[in-house]
Amino acid sequence: MGNTQIEFRNVSFRYQEDMPWVLKDVSFTINNNEWVAMIGHNGSGKSTIAKLMNGLLFPQEGEILVDGQQVTASSVWDIRRKVGMVFQNPDNQFVGTTVRDDVAFGMENHGMARDLMLKRITESLEAVGMNGYERHEPHRLSGGQKQRVAIASVLAVSPQYIILDEATAMLDPKGRKEIMETIREVQSARDLSLVTITHDLLEVTQADRVIVMNGGEIWMEGTPRELFRKKEQLIEIGLDTPFVSKLAEELKGAGLPLTREPLNHQELLEELWTFHSTR
Amino acid sequence: MSNSMIIGQYIPGDSFVHRLDPRSKIAIIFFFVIIVFFANSVMSYGLLALFAIGSAATSRIPLTYIMKGLKPVWFLVIFTFLLHLIVTKQGEVLVSILGWEIYEEGLIQGAAISLRFFLLIMVTSLLTFTTTPIEITDAIEELLGPLKKVNFPVHELALMMSISLRFIPTLMQETEKISKAQASRGVDFRTGSFKDRVKAVIPLLVPLFVSAFKRAEELAMAMEARGYQGGEGRTKLRELHLGKSDVYLYIMFILLVIGLFLTRS
Ligand SMILES: Nc1ncnc2c1ncn2[C@@H]1O[C@H](COP(=O)(O)OP(=O)(O)O)[C@@H](O)[C@H]1O
Ligand SMILES: [Mg+2]
Repeated sequence: MGNTQIEFRNVSFRYQEDMPWVLKDVSFTINNNEWVAMIGHNGSGKSTIAKLMNGLLFPQEGEILVDGQQVTASSVWDIRRKVGMVFQNPDNQFVGTTVRDDVAFGMENHGMARDLMLKRITESLEAVGMNGYERHEPHRLSGGQKQRVAIASVLAVSPQYIILDEATAMLDPKGRKEIMETIREVQSARDLSLVTITHDLLEVTQADRVIVMNGGEIWMEGTPRELFRKKEQLIEIGLDTPFVSKLAEELKGAGLPLTREPLNHQELLEELWTFHSTR
Repeated sequence: MSNSMIIGQYIPGDSFVHRLDPRSKIAIIFFFVIIVFFANSVMSYGLLALFAIGSAATSRIPLTYIMKGLKPVWFLVIFTFLLHLIVTKQGEVLVSILGWEIYEEGLIQGAAISLRFFLLIMVTSLLTFTTTPIEITDAIEELLGPLKKVNFPVHELALMMSISLRFIPTLMQETEKISKAQASRGVDFRTGSFKDRVKAVIPLLVPLFVSAFKRAEELAMAMEARGYQGGEGRTKLRELHLGKSDVYLYIMFILLVIGLFLTRS
């Protein structure tokens, strides 16, 4: 296997010569089969990182390696096959006039044979639970359904990495839940690394690792549990912790000795009853 | 969404005409347009009309739809008919109305031109009734294919058409949303002077254009991220197939052409 990872080495980026640096000396690694969440306030450089990962932008300083191959203008077509992207707006990334045409779009670009396309369309629509919608036009789909089609379109070319840049931000709670479930299923069923950029701290709790961006720099890298221990600092850089974390904090303040940082209701509940039964 | 979202006039169906390869339909219409101008006898016009009516009948498109499709051109047909009637001064004088003399030749020419119009519009609207816009796009891309050799952007043109088809319903939904939002703030699009109404439309158009440009930019980015790099080396999911029906169509058309030249005077 060798090098199966995305690696940022001292990457700095700015959009124009006379503009301030948007990313400053950023280094990190996305490992094989890993789920990394990326958070940070608006303008902290998350989308820029996403675009650098599949060669929509190139850094002025440092280098980016995908499976050991540097992202450059000449390697970009290989890279884009390996690194799939799902964007925020469900409408503005739907290219085809129907679901199946849209799923085929990426495969057509990569010159895949028609038989393979037909097979992959079925498979990837099944993976996101959108089979049966092949002939639907986008205006007959909900936002969540369109985003699932966007995920299927990316899956169809079987990338090793999928980046979701606030893919749930424009959806209602139901659509959000749909997408998160889809992502979880896809990640567990396939050999795939995920980078989810989000504002929703609940989404963060599901990731293996979190990268927190602040002002174009990595502010923190660690597990979700480590992250939520830093409540005051998170609030300082304009991020909020989930309700469960806040409640746990209050409980600790009230003198309840919680042993670990609970990430969700279930974990908090476990903490509480073990505490209750051991006292 | 409602059916009004469907673009164009396509009426779903499974008739002989629906099943034809769109390339055949476009090619035949192209040649039909040419041969219509060769007709010059009652018999030859009869043959052309038979072909058009026969096609309409096999398409199983209700006559009322076809009539509705002809509606916008009625004016044009009557206008050209009257023009010929008035301007042509050959043959015998048939009648004289208020000093205006109507000649035999004028009547014949007027009728012939109107009939040509009708036939042309009938066959072309049959195309849009029985073929989805995306099929038409695919067919145009294929038919114009040879022009790629002289660097005509055939693929780009077809992509542009299909993206327009994709986004027309989206932009229509958006227009509706914005106009409702503006109406709820008291903007009135329907009453007032022309100037007032133009003024009322501006707050509708500005956000629509702003959003359309943003969409275009994001879409271009998304297409690039999915590996789009022009038509070179691209494969296609949608394929067009010539079938038995197309062969029948061509045979019928060749018979029509032969018949036409036999019945010309
Ligand atoms: N196309 C662009 N041209 C110039 N500046 C940009 C462009 N896109 C983003 N920026 C700037 O780069 C910074 C980081 O933006 P972005 O990566 O989109 O942040 P995030 O996704 O975390 O909100 C912001 O200050 C933003 O204004
Ligand atoms: Mg962003």
